Amino acid sequence: MKINSRSELVELRKSLSNKITLRESGATTDDTIEILIGMATCGIASGAKDTYNELITVIEDLNLTNVKVISVGCLGYCYMEPTVQVCIPGEEPLLYGKITKDKAFELIEKVIVERVYLSDNLLIRSFDKAGASNE
Amino acid sequence: MNSKYTLLVCDGASCKTTHKANLAAGFKKVIAEKKLGEFVSVVKTGCFGICGQGPIVKVLPDDLLYVSVKQTDIEEIVEEHIKNGNVVKRLLYTDPFTQEPVEKQKGKKIYQKQFRIALRNCGLINPEDITEYIAVRGYEALASVLADKTPIEVVELMKKSKLRGRGGGGFPTGLKWEFTAKQPGNEKYVICNADEGDPGAFMDRSVLEGDPHSVLEAMAIAGYAIGASQGYIYVRAEYPLAIHRLNIAMEQAREYGFLGKNIFSSGFDFDIDIRLGAGAFVCGEETALIHSMEGQRGEPTKKPPFPSVSGFRKKPTSVNNVETFANIPAIVLNGADWFASIGTENSKGTKVFALAGKINNIGLVEVPMGTTLREIIYDIGGGMVNNKEFKAVQSGGPSGGVIPKEHLDTPIDYESLKQIGSMMGSGGLIVLDEDDDIVQLAKFYLDFTQDESCGKCTPCRIGTKRMYEILDRLTKLEGSPDDLDILEDLAVNIKNSALCGLGQSAPNPVLSTMEYFKDEYEAYAYRKVKHTYSIITDKCIGCTKCARVCPVECISGSVKVPHVIDESLCIACGACYTACPVNAIEKP
Ligand SMILES: Cc1cc2nc3c(=O)[nH]c(=O)nc-3n(C[C@H](O)[C@H](O)[C@H](O)COP(=O)(O)O)c2cc1C
Ligand code: FES
Repeated sequence: MKINSRSELVELRKSLSNKITLRESGATTDDTIEILIGMATCGIASGAKDTYNELITVIEDLNLTNVKVISVGCLGYCYMEPTVQVCIPGEEPLLYGKITKDKAFELIEKVIVERVYLSDNLLIRSFDKAGASNE
Repeated sequence: MNSKYTLLVCDGASCKTTHKANLAAGFKKVIAEKKLGEFVSVVKTGCFGICGQGPIVKVLPDDLLYVSVKQTDIEEIVEEHIKNGNVVKRLLYTDPFTQEPVEKQKGKKIYQKQFRIALRNCGLINPEDITEYIAVRGYEALASVLADKTPIEVVELMKKSKLRGRGGGGFPTGLKWEFTAKQPGNEKYVICNADEGDPGAFMDRSVLEGDPHSVLEAMAIAGYAIGASQGYIYVRAEYPLAIHRLNIAMEQAREYGFLGKNIFSSGFDFDIDIRLGAGAFVCGEETALIHSMEGQRGEPTKKPPFPSVSGFRKKPTSVNNVETFANIPAIVLNGADWFASIGTENSKGTKVFALAGKINNIGLVEVPMGTTLREIIYDIGGGMVNNKEFKAVQSGGPSGGVIPKEHLDTPIDYESLKQIGSMMGSGGLIVLDEDDDIVQLAKFYLDFTQDESCGKCTPCRIGTKRMYEILDRLTKLEGSPDDLDILEDLAVNIKNSALCGLGQSAPNPVLSTMEYFKDEYEAYAYRKVKHTYSIITDKCIGCTKCARVCPVECISGSVKVPHVIDESLCIACGACYTACPVNAIEKP
């Protein structure tokens, strides 16, 4: 799919904007829940791949069709790997650290199904960033 | 949430240990006493990144922050805020700019010490899916440059932003592009330096693994600015995941027409290839890198001529670092003035650091230039592990030096670090505490450089080897006070006479540690140091932890029986000291 001009690119971006607003602020028009998992070398070394697979298994077992798992890069919290970000429509995105394979079920059950925090694993987003997502 | 209020109580290492607080338990107790359990839940969270003001408590849904909360404040917060709905004003977080207490956090983020430009998309998008990059305005910087700007205007934009190279040297990127653009001929190259050879540095790897498209986009912008239609990424083969994601990204970018012929119907052609390096430190030096790419030995050559005049295949070449590139799309989209408004007088924007060593929040951080080390270590980094005394931080890897306590408040930028005998380097920061041995540290770096020296010039090949031997002798208590003078002489001479940056900066770890910690060198030279660790028999409980961590297996003993260290084998690494749960190990 070749993009031939800036306006075509901007059109495409606008059609994708839900994806990013959900992750940045929780604003979105659809009901997809996303779990982002840090899968850079550092995350993988601390078991992120196992967590990723386990999350997918749990989601399938519970038949949560609106939950997607997405592998992303490093969030910078090396001391809390593997790290995930849970993005629920209409809610502030939450970060969780040390989500090893054996924590995957608890994460989904508590945070996504019951909508309560997972104490001891909650991380605070401790940075601001250059917004490239708004014009 | 189920209950009316949620209290997010910081349980980060700094708030927990520095302030010796167990606030979460305290809140739970008071809430239970007041029988408010059904209206409020207490949740422990990780560090807020403002540990200097800790301990922190965030109240939801009111979304406000209480800072410096003490055990004695719990009663008041619960009674006033939770029960009566009144904000406890004296504990509110104060906005550092307006000096106003912030009652409603909503919309107004707490002022964070970290600001991410190069890492803006890392952890936010799937690096293997180009549409996610497009969703964060990916390739719009390239599109707008091709549509609205001449190459000269792009160079001007970069000059105005005052972006300086993040690969260590800090050379202004706009100027480098200008030199390259002005060279005659139409065969020019853009090279992305992804060699990242500093031990302890992984900033560039994280960018490549988390946001590869931003580097590709920036390389195309560079190509347009200097008049090149081919780019190369020189990346070490030890970064397989980065290489894998770069390959996927390049393929997708070609499919969308962001690389290849006639990009955005502008007539501009640009493509990128990967060149794998074998992981030699010297190949991060740009002339050595180019030789390695040409299939020759990875050895540096004298500059001038600079690569911008005669680089890859003797053609004008702009070599820029990964992190430098990662900043560029954001600069184009947000403007040069925006970028130049961040940072210090002569160092603009942000710098990514890899925080490691004896610090609680080990990880990647990105801060505006001018942030102090104290802020990085005690706020963002969460302070020292086990609340130990800070000794120094090593910055700039094998080319840099140590920054001791007295310079903790120096605002970090290219110039200030040089002034205190260190350097920005690529961004590794290794934090040392009172237990770390400075001379051993210097020896570690010299061992690294004498090994990585390409051997082309005598000062570096033989000089660094001799320096290492002296350090080795000193740490084995076989040296003499004269060694210190020889070491210093040698260091200064190598610095002045080596061919390339590797040799010229290799003595830095020694010179800077000698400047600030001369007494430790003297202790070794006059043999006043007990060279090895030992176990205090009375205190040892025979838990075997020390024996298990000892890398040279010189500790013996059975379970529940006091252990002994064979002092003839001990390398004084301190691993046992850190592992011992009952302080039964005596330091040298
Ligand atoms: C011994 C030595 C090692 C170097 N290693 C790197 C490296 O790993 N990555 C890097 O970007 N620059 C490295 N450099 C700096 C490069 O020579 C060059 O200045 C840099 O890639 C230019 O990019 P910048 O202007 O964007 O910083 C090294 C320099 C020396 C002397
Ligand atoms: S703010 Fe509490 S540990 Fe950093």
